[in-house]
Amino acid sequence: MSLAQELPLSLPQEKAKRGSRPSWVSPRLHIHALLWIACFILGFPLIYAALVSTQSNADVYAYRFLPGDAFQRNLDLVLSRNLGQFVFNSTIISLAITIGKTIFSLLAGLAFVYFRFPGKWLVFGFVLITLMMPTEILIISLSRFVGIDLRWGNTFQALVVPFLASATGTFLFRQHFMNIPAELSEAAQIDGATPLQFLFRVLIPISWNAIGALAVIQFVYGWNMYLWPQIIAREGLRVVTVALRSFIAVDSSFSFGPLMLASVIISIPPVIVFILLQKQFMSGFALGRDK
Amino acid sequence: METTALLITMLSALVGSAVMARTFARLGYQPLNGFLLGALGGAFGAQIFSLPLNYCAFAPEQRAADVVLGLILVAVGVALVIVPMRWLAERWAKRREGALVAGQQSQGVFKGRLTPFLLLAPTLTILVLFLYYPFIDTFRLSTLLVGRGAAARSRFLCLQNFTDLLYDPQYHQSVVVTFVIAFAIVFVGIAISLLIATLAYQPIKGANVYRTLLVWPYAVSPVVAGVIFQLMFDPAAGVINYFTNSLFGVRLDWLKDGTLATIAVILTSVWKTVGFNILFYIAGLQNVPKDLQEAAAVDGANVVQRFFRITWPLLSPITFFLVITNLTYAFFEIFGTIDYLTAGGPLNATDVMIYRVYELQSQTIGLGRAAAESLVLFLVVIGLTVIQFRNERRVNYGA
Repeated sequence: MSLAQELPLSLPQEKAKRGSRPSWVSPRLHIHALLWIACFILGFPLIYAALVSTQSNADVYAYRFLPGDAFQRNLDLVLSRNLGQFVFNSTIISLAITIGKTIFSLLAGLAFVYFRFPGKWLVFGFVLITLMMPTEILIISLSRFVGIDLRWGNTFQALVVPFLASATGTFLFRQHFMNIPAELSEAAQIDGATPLQFLFRVLIPISWNAIGALAVIQFVYGWNMYLWPQIIAREGLRVVTVALRSFIAVDSSFSFGPLMLASVIISIPPVIVFILLQKQFMSGFALGRDK
Repeated sequence: METTALLITMLSALVGSAVMARTFARLGYQPLNGFLLGALGGAFGAQIFSLPLNYCAFAPEQRAADVVLGLILVAVGVALVIVPMRWLAERWAKRREGALVAGQQSQGVFKGRLTPFLLLAPTLTILVLFLYYPFIDTFRLSTLLVGRGAAARSRFLCLQNFTDLLYDPQYHQSVVVTFVIAFAIVFVGIAISLLIATLAYQPIKGANVYRTLLVWPYAVSPVVAGVIFQLMFDPAAGVINYFTNSLFGVRLDWLKDGTLATIAVILTSVWKTVGFNILFYIAGLQNVPKDLQEAAAVDGANVVQRFFRITWPLLSPITFFLVITNLTYAFFEIFGTIDYLTAGGPLNATDVMIYRVYELQSQTIGLGRAAAESLVLFLVVIGLTVIQFRNERRVNYGA
């Protein structure tokens, strides 16, 4: 920065400036109050859902904004309708997608940065162009291929395998590896390390932030994926987003409590993963798209 | 038929040769070589879409729209060959002049000819099988009338699945609704998130807690958003009618009226996307130099002036990135919300393009049409990608 800022002389001056101009820094209490309102409004849908999940239909229709006494009953209902199984399915599938995608992207990133081979730019372009092919525009043909040709309808692999390759991931790790000092790979070669040894002993231990970034994006993506499972696994291996529909009429009639309870429960895993890896999530976007 | 094919091929060759001859002349190469290369490229490009279609668009019984679309496809095919050809020629010319710097390749290199391909094999296999193959197959399906189950036979329709869209008022409505919803989500979402971010970025006590409490809706599934907001918009039990009733004495049948249902979809999606926007705006605002703000304040600029003259321009790369992300959400990820909240209703009022694709593919004979409509959505993806790449250089996410 500029020299003036480093001089101790400038410090009291700045403080004086701030003190004399209260309009520049708004009163703190005011900001806190406004932020609490914003947090409350944004949080309201989930707070409301959590409230309703403890209530019976009568409470909901009467607009009782206090916890009801139907929580245990609602919980028993959703559990008897296999919510546990659906959460298990979604967990396995999102974890498989996250881990598989991370490993495959690491390998591809290694190949693009630490090897020289003919047609490298062509291959990289071939990977990058798939960014323009979101699953949503492919589902018609993909569902025929996976369901009819491969006979994978309602299977675990139908929900995982098509998503194991990732242009985003490959690009992210390529960018990340290119920013690592070349001394590391040169030293590894002098020591006679194989590429895989280099990947597991050197690159991965210093890449946890990039891995975390990809992991949080992919876990949330895998958990919240809906269109594809709705088409390919409607009946059999159901994931939470598809199965949520079965809680709409859980109690012979339409009842809100169990539905809201299920909604809250299935929101917990992705939200927790996201909150824990918030910093990595941001850096992932910066890495993946900045250059 | 053969005459038409020949005519079109020759015309394309002519266009290709003209473009390439000029390019070669400009770069100081022999124009005749460019002429020949361009002729070959143009002739080949014309076949990319037309040959698989067997030039059906130019058959005498086709409508004018089919012929026009056929010609557009010829032009696109020619461009797909000629544009990369020009780019390569320019690259070669630069390399000859030695102006091209040898890339960023500064990393140590492992030996092995086969190893890089072994490392890439898993990724490439999956991309070919589950992205490239379905992508190309979607083109094939889009020219057919495909049945499923008992009606699993198909009939070739040429470009009819596409040109029919021009005469389908329901499709027109769907396109309009999609764009209305998309732009509303972007405008409302950007405004609200910028407002909240200007509060939340300041170094106050508990800033991290506030940030977390503001951004978590990003991780909630669009499906869950649809379910919760369905309850909130419920005419009898919904909390929104409770508030409007106690404040203004109004009760609205949100999900039974087309306009209100569209608003409900927009509000739900805005709730889903603002968290993400806020996260990036906070990072961006923290990077706006304080001294710039203070200097402007000393010069007598008020808060509003400071915002529009300094902060907003400095944030524009982030705004741009968020616009693209939010548009992508509005075109594709919104599916889960729509399916649970309105199911495209009432009376197709919220039947956005991606939802139509889903509805069509579940019908007995809608697969071909669904494939065609998917490819129209692909045009949207191309548009978003092109805009994004053009602005990539300017973008700095400040993370």
